[in-house]
This record gives sequence, structure tokens and C-alpha cells, in this order.
Amino acid sequence: MDYFIKLLLSGTAKGSIYALIALGYTMVYGIVQLINFAHGEVYMIGGFTALIIGGFLFVLGLPVPLVLLLSIVASVVFSAAFGFTIERLAYKPLRNKPRLSALISAIGISMVLQNFILLAQTEKYLSFPSYLPELAFLQPVREYINSTQFIILVTTAVIMVILTVIIKFTRIGKAMRATAQDKQMAQLVGVDINRVISLTFIMGSSLAAIGGVLICSYMGQINYYIGFVAGIKAFVAAVLGGIGSIPGAVLGSFILGWTESLGTGYISSDYEDAYAFVILILILSVKPDGILGKNQKQKV
Amino acid sequence: MALMELKNVCTYYGNIQALRDISLSVEEGEIVTLIGANGAGKTTTLMSICGITAIRSGHIFLDGEDISRKSPHSIVGMGLSQVPEGRRIFPQLTVLENLDMGAFLRNNKELVKADLEEVFELFPRLAERRNQQGGTLSGGEQQMLAISRALMARPRILLLDEPSLGLAPLIVHNIFEIIKRINEERQTTIFLVEQNANMALKIADKGYVLQNGSIRMADSADRLLANEEVRKAYLGL
Repeated sequence: MDYFIKLLLSGTAKGSIYALIALGYTMVYGIVQLINFAHGEVYMIGGFTALIIGGFLFVLGLPVPLVLLLSIVASVVFSAAFGFTIERLAYKPLRNKPRLSALISAIGISMVLQNFILLAQTEKYLSFPSYLPELAFLQPVREYINSTQFIILVTTAVIMVILTVIIKFTRIGKAMRATAQDKQMAQLVGVDINRVISLTFIMGSSLAAIGGVLICSYMGQINYYIGFVAGIKAFVAAVLGGIGSIPGAVLGSFILGWTESLGTGYISSDYEDAYAFVILILILSVKPDGILGKNQKQKV
Repeated sequence: MALMELKNVCTYYGNIQALRDISLSVEEGEIVTLIGANGAGKTTTLMSICGITAIRSGHIFLDGEDISRKSPHSIVGMGLSQVPEGRRIFPQLTVLENLDMGAFLRNNKELVKADLEEVFELFPRLAERRNQQGGTLSGGEQQMLAISRALMARPRILLLDEPSLGLAPLIVHNIFEIIKRINEERQTTIFLVEQNANMALKIADKGYVLQNGSIRMADSADRLLANEEVRKAYLGL
């Protein structure tokens, strides 16, 4: 039983990270019906920014909590700028073209960014310092959950609450939902949809950057390829929950995290990356639109 | 000076010309109707005015200012709202949220609140259903919501695209009465696009007949109602 709880908690922590990335996929899809394949790269760039800026600040002799905070801020800003620029350069000119064009553009951007980081950094895994503090009050339960996992869980929970409040209750959140439902009508009531779309990319990228910093601290390493794997997993999570649905992305991420964690613990860790696809196939064969996805009939 | 004026507007979809040299004008406080058959270019005219469909040549003036190259949201900000064809309610937003979206560009919360009360007075049914999702309303209720949403912007000129489409005759009658009331009580200028030429001409001051993308006739509503050609082609008499 202890073993089970332990696996469940580590699965939850893993699921939280997937959720931070999956939200970006699902928000962008909800607004522009595009699978942003470059999203995983934005997350990877978030991790690298934190590594570089954090290292620099650490050498300057700043206290660790401040280094952590500033490097998270820096990676959020940097990734948001990337997200914004990618949309303007690679997707906006193709907005009224067939959907496949933007998808191909997204795959292209993903390759460009991966190779850019490969050339600018190295193909080797770099060690990522853990700036996350040890929490003393977790001492009694430390065999179940460690500080890093706990911080990941709390951070994700707080971000989810903030995101929900923004989308449900603020003016811009309402504009985002309206734009997702009917872009032309949103324009006719005075919404500047270019701004809303840019903002969606900025928000999604910021979440991915936070996810990037957290998971790099958790794993203790980073390289140019982490965005690809994490991106695919988070994409699976978003599809699992029903792409375009925000609660769906979170639910899908947790299901994925638990499946991976339990599968690794009880079956074999050799198949860690395969569990995601097994569960995806199982769920989509029963519910093709994902768990919380709406059954949308599309005109061909 | 006319509140809204179109001068030689031409709109194309690819190589196909949808509007040919459309010129028309709407004076402040008037109800002007644009009637025509299916495919004549009525919706294209409205979408061109609102900046959704780009025009290729010509000019559109709102209160003397050229809006033909402006973005849709800035045109709304200048006091022009549209109730589009098919109502286009945001289906997953509640009635109240739909109305809030109508007032998206307005900052004065007090005035918006007063307008909300006014809209609920105009359509008590919407007040009853304020927390219901827009997509669950009936066709008639959705049309009321679509008109109310446009009114929430406090437009100087309201563009309506076939508000009678797909509604029961009794509700159509009701909707037209409301349009007349909006014009009289709020002094909102109305530009009404309709296939139901009879109803439209009865409440309008002035009418234009659109055929194959060009203006075929322009006259006072009374004279168009009496016109032999109009009666044959559009009134089925």
C-alpha cells in the first residue's frame, strides 16, 4: 500500500508538469485549431534560459531563493517572447490558409528551434542545479513525497487556480472564450482577435516555461531534445482529455502521470514512454473526442 | 451629412466580383432597408461595412470618416454594430456573458449596467434565462439575444442581417416591432437587410434593391412598396 501511495504521488507530480505543458497545447488549439508542435521547444527553451540566467546570477553570488525566482521570471519572459514571435512569424500569415499549412509550419519551427539549441549549446546532457529548497516540514513524510515534488504540486495547483479565474471571470478571459467559439462574431463585438491570439500564445508559453524550470530541477539535467519527448507526452495528455478543453488537459495529464508511474512501478520501467501511447489508444478507441472533449461533427 | 455612406464599393471573393459599385447613404435617425434575393450580395455588403470582408475599391464613411480600411474592432468602437445572419450567439457563454461581450469596448460600468436593465426590459425572456448557455435558447430567443448584444455596445447605427430568417411569423412580427421601437425610443439609426421585403419596407423610411451585386433601385419605402417591379419580384404580388 505504501508503495502504491508513493507511486501515486510521484505520478501526480509528473502529471502536474504535463498539465503545465498540455494547457498550452489545448488553449492554442481551442483558439486557432492548430496543434502547435513547437510548444515543446518553447518549454525546452524555458529550461535553458533558467539554466543560463540562473548560473550567471549564482556566480554573481545572489542568494539561492532569489536566483530561483529571477531565473523563473527570466525564462517566462523569454519563452513568452518566443511564443509570441513564433505565432506572428509562422502561424499568423497562414491563418486563412488550409490548416495543414500551419501544422507543417509548426513542425518546421520545432525542428529549427531544436537544431538552433543543439548548435548554440551542445548535444550532451547538461546538469541542471536544483534551486528548489528542502522543506523541513516534509521530513515525516519524506519517503512518500520529496520537497521538489511537493513544490511542483503546489506551484501547479496555484497556477491552475489563477488560470481558471482569468478565463472564467476576467474581461480578457471572456474575450478568449468568445474568440474560441466564433472568431468573426468576436470581431463584430469589438474584440481585437490578433491580440487575443497573441495573448493565448504568451500565456501558454509562460506555463510551459514554468514547467520547464520545474522539471529540469526535478530531473537535474537538460538537453536540446527534452522538448520533443515532453511535448509529445503533453500532447497525448491534451488529446486524452479532449483537445481544446482546459479541464480535459489537466485530467488527461494526471491520468498520464499515474499510468506512467504505476506502469513503471508494477510492470517495468523499460516501457516508461510506451504507456502514454497505450492509454491513448485505449481511451480514444472508446471516446474518440477524448474524455471531456465535445463530440464535434466537422464539415469536410 | 449622412451618418453612413458607401461610395462605389466593390468587393471580390477571389476573382469573382460580389459587389459592383455599391453606393448608398443612411441619414441619422432613419431606418433604411436593403432588400434582395438570395445571393444578391446583402450579407457581403454588411461584412464589407464592418471590415470583415476587405473591399477592393471604393469608400465607406461613418460620420464622415473613412472606415473602409479600418479593422473590425475599431469600427465597432466608432459606434457601428451588427446583428449578423444566423444570430451567431456564443453558444457556450451564458446569456449574461453574451451581453457582456456586446459591451466589450465600453468602460463605464454604470452605463453598461443601466443598458443591461433596459435590454432586460425590452426582452423579459432574456432576464429569466440570464444564466443559461446561449446555445440552449430557442431561435426566437437567440434573435432577441443577438439584437440585445448589439444594443449593449450603444451603437449609433445598428446593422441587422435578416433578423426574420427562420422564425415563426408571430415572432417575426414581434422582432420588427422591437426594431421600430429601438429606432424611435433610442434614436438608433437602423440599416436593415432583409429578404422579407414586405415587412422591411413597412417599417423603413428608405429602401435599396440589390440585384446581382449592384443597386437596382433606390427610393422611399412607400414608393418601393407601390412599385410594380418590386411588387412582382420581391413581394410576390
